[in-house]
Amino acid sequence: MTIETAATQGKKDLATNGSALKGNYREYGLVLALILIMIFFQYTTSGVLFKPVNLTNLVLQNSYIIIMALGMLLVIVAGHIDLSVGSVSGFIGGLAAVMMVRWQIHYIPATILCLIMGGAIGAAQGYWIAYHKIPSFIVTLAGMLVFRGLALWLLGGQSVGPFPPQFQLLSSGFIPDFFGYPGFNVTSMLVGIILVALMIYFSVRGRAKREKHGYQGEPFTLFVAKNLIIAGIVLFLTYLLSSYKGLPNVLIVMSLLIALFVFVTKRMTVGRRIYAMGGNEKAAKLSGIMTERLTFLTFVNMGVLAALAGLIFAARLNTATPKAGLGFELDVIAAVFIGGASAMGGVGQVMGAVIGAFIMGVMNNGMSIMGVNIDWQQVIKGLVLLAAVIFDVYNKNKA
Amino acid sequence: METILEMRNITKTFPGVKALNNVNLDVRKGEIHALVGENGAGKSTLMKVLSGVYPHGSYEGEIFYNGQEQHFRGISDSEKQGIIIIHQELALVPLLSIAENIFLGNEPSKFGIIDWHIAENRTRELLAKVGLKEDPLTLITNLGVGKQQLVEIAKALSKDVELLILDEPTASLNENDSDALLALLLEFKAHGISSILISHKLNEVGKVADRITVLRDGATIETLDKQDISEDRIVTSMVGRQLADRFPQREPNIGEVVFEVKDWVVHHHIHSERTVINGINLNVRRGEVVGIAGLMGAGRTEFAMSVFGKAYGRNISGEVFIKGRQVDVSTIGKAIDNGIAYVTEDRKTYGLNLIDHIKHNTTIANLNGVSHNGVIDDMAELKVANEYRRKTNIRSSSIYQKTGNLSGGNQQKVVLSKWLFANPDLLILDEPTRGIDVGAKYEIYTIINQLVSEGKSVLMISSEMPELLGVCDRIYVMNQGRLVGEMPASEASQEKIMRAIIRAEGKAS
Repeated sequence: MTIETAATQGKKDLATNGSALKGNYREYGLVLALILIMIFFQYTTSGVLFKPVNLTNLVLQNSYIIIMALGMLLVIVAGHIDLSVGSVSGFIGGLAAVMMVRWQIHYIPATILCLIMGGAIGAAQGYWIAYHKIPSFIVTLAGMLVFRGLALWLLGGQSVGPFPPQFQLLSSGFIPDFFGYPGFNVTSMLVGIILVALMIYFSVRGRAKREKHGYQGEPFTLFVAKNLIIAGIVLFLTYLLSSYKGLPNVLIVMSLLIALFVFVTKRMTVGRRIYAMGGNEKAAKLSGIMTERLTFLTFVNMGVLAALAGLIFAARLNTATPKAGLGFELDVIAAVFIGGASAMGGVGQVMGAVIGAFIMGVMNNGMSIMGVNIDWQQVIKGLVLLAAVIFDVYNKNKA
Repeated sequence: METILEMRNITKTFPGVKALNNVNLDVRKGEIHALVGENGAGKSTLMKVLSGVYPHGSYEGEIFYNGQEQHFRGISDSEKQGIIIIHQELALVPLLSIAENIFLGNEPSKFGIIDWHIAENRTRELLAKVGLKEDPLTLITNLGVGKQQLVEIAKALSKDVELLILDEPTASLNENDSDALLALLLEFKAHGISSILISHKLNEVGKVADRITVLRDGATIETLDKQDISEDRIVTSMVGRQLADRFPQREPNIGEVVFEVKDWVVHHHIHSERTVINGINLNVRRGEVVGIAGLMGAGRTEFAMSVFGKAYGRNISGEVFIKGRQVDVSTIGKAIDNGIAYVTEDRKTYGLNLIDHIKHNTTIANLNGVSHNGVIDDMAELKVANEYRRKTNIRSSSIYQKTGNLSGGNQQKVVLSKWLFANPDLLILDEPTRGIDVGAKYEIYTIINQLVSEGKSVLMISSEMPELLGVCDRIYVMNQGRLVGEMPASEASQEKIMRAIIRAEGKAS
C-alpha cells in the first residue's frame, strides 16, 4: 500500500509547490482583514480615516509600535517574550532628554549613546535568559519594573523638554521637497514611484530566476494581480501623504527597518537559525547552532529597537515623561500575535507583525475619531486579539 | 474458559500508513496473554485502540468486553470497565507522594475534601498486595524505576482492575525486579485478573504467558497456545522471512582508518564523580560500517554524544583523530566542521523541527552550503532539498510538507538527509531504525550501503542484534562504559555478543 502511494507521489515531485502557496494564504487574509477594517472605519468616520492629515498621524502614532514589533517578532519566534520594552523605551526617552536638555550633549552622539544603552539593556536581560536559562517572562518582568523605576528616578518624576529642533525632526519631520509645487510634495511622490518600480523589478527578476531553474511559482495571473494591487495601494497612499506634507522621516526609517528584517528572516542564515531554534531548540543545538549566543543577540536587537522607539516617541511628544512607554509592550506583543506568530515559538512573519500593528493602529485611530470611549476601545482590541489567535489555532487544527 | 475481551477486525489508518489491518485478539478470563512483534508491528497502536486513546470511530472494527460491544471515547471510559493500561513511559507525577499518585483523579473525598487518612490506609493495603515496602508518603522521585512500576500496578489495583495491560514493563528493570514483577502477574492470575503483556523478552514471555498473539506489519499472524510456545517458533512468526532477505547485500570495500578515538573517558553530566565511559579506544575505516552492541544503559549513546561536540557529559578526556589528524570536537559546530555527524536515537526531540517543512530541515546543519556571506541562495536550497528527498526516497507531497506530518520512517530519512548534506566523513547512527516499519528499515539499510560505497564511514549503535549482524562489517561490544569485545561480523553471532556481555558482567560484579 505504501509502495503504491510512493509511486504516485513521486511523480508530483518537483514542480508542485502547493503548500508554499498555502502558507501565504494567511498573510493574504491578514492584508484583506486590514483593508476591510480600513474600509469599515472610512465609512463610519465619514471619510476622515483616509484624509491625508489623518493618514500621516496614523503613521506617526504607530511607528514606534511597529519598530518594536520587528524585534519582538524575533524574540517570540525564538520562543521567548519581552515584557520590558515599554519601560525600556520610556527609560531611554528619559535618558535622551537628560543628555540633550540638561547636559546639553549634541543630539547625534546622544542618540548613538541611547541606542548603545538600549543594546546594553537587551544584553543584560539576554545574558540571564540565554546563558542561565532563566525564563524570559521573569527576567523581562523584572526589567519592566526596574526600568520603569529608573525612568522615574532619572526624570525626578517630572517631564523634561523641549528637545533640540533637529532631534524633533526624527518624528515630526518630512522628507524635503525640492520642487516647491504648492500643496503637493513632488519628491515624496517620486520616492513612492521609484519604490514601486524597484519592487516590481525585484519581483519579476525573482520569478524569472525561479523559472530559469525549472521551478513553477504562483500562477502568472495571480502574480500580476498581486503586484498590481500592492503597487496600486502603495502609490495611492503615497499620493495621499504627498498631498499633505509628504513622506514622514519616520516612515522612511520604519520602511528601511521593515525591509531589513524581512530580508534577515527570509533570506539570511541567522534568521533561519532563529526559526529553527524556536521550532526545536534541542534539535537546533545538535545541528551545530549556537543557541545561547543566538538568544542573547535576539535580546540585544530587541533592546536597540526599544531604544529607537523610545527616541521616536520622545521626539514626537517633544518631552520625556516618566509615564512614556507605559503599556507599549502589550500593543507590541498583541501586534505580533495578531500577525500570526505562535506563542510556542518557531512561527511568525515580519510582514504579519507589521500588518498586525497596523490593524491595532487603525482600530485605535478609527475608534477615537468615532468617539468610542477608551474603556470600550480596550475591550474591542482585546477581543480582536483573542479572535485572531482562535482563528489561527482553529485553522491549524483543521489542516 | 470464558472470554473477557474480543477485538474483531480492528483497522486503524494514519495519514499514509495502515498501522493495523484487520487485527483480531481475544483474551480469556484469568489468563496472561502475551502480545509480541517487532517495533512498529502495531502492538502499542492496538492497545491505544483498546484503551480509548484512539476513540471509537477513529478506527474500524469492534471491541467486545465481557460480552458487550464497547465504544470507548477516552481512557476514563475503559478504566470504568476495569481495563487499565500501564505505559512504557510511566505516568507518575515525580514530586507527589505514592498515595497522592495512586489516588490522583480518584481521591477518596466528601464534598471535595480529600480524606487523606483513608487514602493512606488504602495505599498501605495496595502496596502490601504488590509487595512494595515503602511509606505511602514517600515521593515518587525518590523511588527506583522498578518500584515506580509497582506503584503503577498498585494504582491499577486501586481502580478494581479486571484486565491489566503492561507495555514493555520489564524493559528498564534488572533481573530481580523483572522476576518480582512477573511473579506478581502470576499472583493476579490466581485472583482472576487477566493481563496483556507486551514484551520483547521472549524468555519472559515463555515463562508466564498462557497464550501468545504475534503481530507483524499491523496484522495478526497467529495465536499460539502454551504447549506450542518456543522461541524459534515465535521468532519465525515475528520476522516472517529469512534474515538474509531483511538486509540488502553489499560488497565491502574497506580502506584506511578514517576515525579513531583514544582513551575516551566521560563523566556523568550531573553526578560528575561517576564515570560513564571508561577508556574507550575504537576506530572506523573508510567504507566500513562498524556496529556497537550492548544492553540498554551500556553507555553507547553517551559515548556517541560526547564525541559529537561534548553534547553529553562532563570532564571529558581523550583524543579524536580524523584521517590521522587529531581534531578538536569541543563544540558541536567544531565536530561538524571536522566531519562528524550524529543521527540521534530520538528524532522527534533531538532530530527535527517538526513544525517546519522538509526543505528547511534538510539544510539546517549546513546552511553555509547553500549561502554566501550569510545570505541563503533560494535556488541552491531548493535544489539540495529536492535532490536529497529523491536520494533518500522520502515519501511526501513535496519538500514543503511539514516533517511533523511524516511517518516515522520518512522522518528518519529527513534526519539522514540533513546529515548527508553536511557531508561528514563519519556518520554516527544511533538506533537508526527504531520505531519504523520493516519496509522503511530496508530503505535505511540501502542508504547506509550507498554511503559506504561512496567512501564514507558509518558507526552504528543498535539494540537489535540481527540488524547489527546484517548490516555491519565489524562489531564492538560495549558494557558499562567499556568495550568488552570486538569481532568481524562474519564471525559474530547473537550468542557471541551476549557471551561477551555476560562475561564482562561477571567480572564487574
